[in-house]
Amino acid sequence: MKADPKGVLTGAHFLDGDHACAEGALAAGCRFFAGYPITPSTEVAERIALRFPLVGGIFIQMEDELASMAAVLGGAWGGKKSMTVTSGPGFSLMMENIGLAAMTETPCVIVNVQRGGPSTGLPTLPGQQDMMQARWGSHGDYEIIAVVPNSPQECFDVTIEAFNLSEEYRVPVMVMMDECVGHMTEKVVIPPAEEIEVFNRRLYDGPKQDYLPYAVDSDNGRVPLMANAGAGYRFHVTGLTHDERGYPAMNAEVQQECVTRLVDKVKLNTHAIARYEEEEVEEADIVLVAYGISSRVAMRALEMARADGIKIGLFRMITAWPFPEERIRQIAQHVNSFVMVELNLGQMVTELERCVAGAAKVHLAPHAGGWVHHPEDILQIISEATT
Amino acid sequence: MNAVTHPMEDILRMDRMPHIWCPGCGIGTAVTAFAMALQKAEICLDKTAVVSGIGCSGRVAGYVKLDSFHTTHGRAIPFATGLKLANPELTVVVISGDGDLIAIGGNHFIHAARRNVDIKVFCINNFNYAMTGGQLAPTTPEPATTTTSPYGAFEHPFNLPFLAESSGAVYVARWTALHIRRLTKSMTEALSKKGFSFVEIIAPCPTLYSRRNRLGDGLDELKYYHDNSVIKHGLDTRELDIGYRKEIVMGKFVDKDRPTFIEALNDRFTQVFGDKYEQYGPQNANGN
Repeated sequence: MKADPKGVLTGAHFLDGDHACAEGALAAGCRFFAGYPITPSTEVAERIALRFPLVGGIFIQMEDELASMAAVLGGAWGGKKSMTVTSGPGFSLMMENIGLAAMTETPCVIVNVQRGGPSTGLPTLPGQQDMMQARWGSHGDYEIIAVVPNSPQECFDVTIEAFNLSEEYRVPVMVMMDECVGHMTEKVVIPPAEEIEVFNRRLYDGPKQDYLPYAVDSDNGRVPLMANAGAGYRFHVTGLTHDERGYPAMNAEVQQECVTRLVDKVKLNTHAIARYEEEEVEEADIVLVAYGISSRVAMRALEMARADGIKIGLFRMITAWPFPEERIRQIAQHVNSFVMVELNLGQMVTELERCVAGAAKVHLAPHAGGWVHHPEDILQIISEATT
Repeated sequence: MNAVTHPMEDILRMDRMPHIWCPGCGIGTAVTAFAMALQKAEICLDKTAVVSGIGCSGRVAGYVKLDSFHTTHGRAIPFATGLKLANPELTVVVISGDGDLIAIGGNHFIHAARRNVDIKVFCINNFNYAMTGGQLAPTTPEPATTTTSPYGAFEHPFNLPFLAESSGAVYVARWTALHIRRLTKSMTEALSKKGFSFVEIIAPCPTLYSRRNRLGDGLDELKYYHDNSVIKHGLDTRELDIGYRKEIVMGKFVDKDRPTFIEALNDRFTQVFGDKYEQYGPQNANGN
């Protein structure tokens, strides 16, 4: 499907990451937004509030983030592509209904413009400390998808992709920005609507009496066909463990089937979902791994290391979850070491270590947040890694 | 001769019976009244959705043969808000308990009423948390005993009709599970009313609330309602506190009109954008 031209602001713009993300949502066909103001994400909500009335969208500022996330789920079942936006403290409150979205397979997009934490932390300054919370923040076993843009242009691009993935896999998709990417202003090119691919949810259109809301077969793989409320299928949706009728079933057998599928539908499609960019990884002895704003600082450190004669490459994650496990394992076979550059004291590095599994050395360039790394500090760790 | 069918077969999920509620519980009566109200209101069942939260009353969504959502604890109202705004052609009904809607969900309750979101909220009030074994609720009358107020409740309980009206509800009524015809009538009116409509249903909980307070079984509770309830339509909602084993005042207290969230939004945007603005409404629904 091509994008609805109504929401697409075609042209070259000078936008910050937050505004570019809002434009990405509009282009993707998002027409329901519920949110609560929080720095440094508020500009996304502000732009949506400004733009929605004339594109047929509905914007509501809720009383808190618990309500925002619940309303987003209601909006999705009401037939709209739905999203919310927040930062750390609000992200914590949203975890409850992110779990409900995972369990009920509700397509939705959650944008987290990360700031320094824990708790109120650094409201106006950057962090990348919610990466594990994105993956594990709600209770129980489930999988989500998370993308990590590193420029305003990419905020626009991956927000569209986030909607497409959420509709395709019926899973909450998180756009994990950071304060720097959210507030930096760069050129953003928005293509004509007919050049933007959008994925709309696969709807059931068979006989009413045969509809099983959570049934999967070889045609729909691991993702059941959805019905929007009001379409006459009169289905039941519950956060309880449920069978293919959507009815609660309190036993270990149904739990096994239900939860395994929630995990597998993402995990076993990692090859189709996970995206990354590589910079001279094949020839490298040492590979930097980074994402978001840290990948831009890492690029500078890479240039400095090259000037010192170090054979170094960069693996930039565009998808953080599911983690690009297979590719990391391949790279680990021919490099000596990895250096993970992230604005936290060691989150995605644990996933990197798990996948490398001792095949190469793994180092961390940590930073507690509030600023970005100094390239010299990364260079120092690179030098230590080479000796 | 036609096979005998249950009169509510089109509204209830018969394949899920028997339900989980205890003998003597008032939730089933409230569901019966709701089913009758749906029939009387003559609204399209395909375009009616029920949203519940968590708890005994939270299970209502699971038994109605409608688009039905059993959501998270306290969040039925914001979920319903999203559903209604995304598809304005739906009639959206929230059926849940006092703990779910008024304690953990209290903030959402007052804000949805303030915004006058066009949803119907039917609150089954059994004066305690029943699903978890009979704990103190924000509605427990002083000094009733619960498992977490073993020496008797000493917090002042909410007066739900007053809370609803002062927050902005356009329709407010209260009945007990004994007064099923009047309850059905109020639910029918609420279903046809535009805006945030609230009906409180006082319901017996024989297994927990009654047993712990030695009040007998479900029938004894209905007898208490019979002997101690009075109808005072239009009474000032400030007068509607419920004291322990005291008189229960029932009736329809509020029935007024003010713009709903979507009406107010359309008015505002029309003022600002004029002809450029397309009214938001049922035509914006994305059906299958």
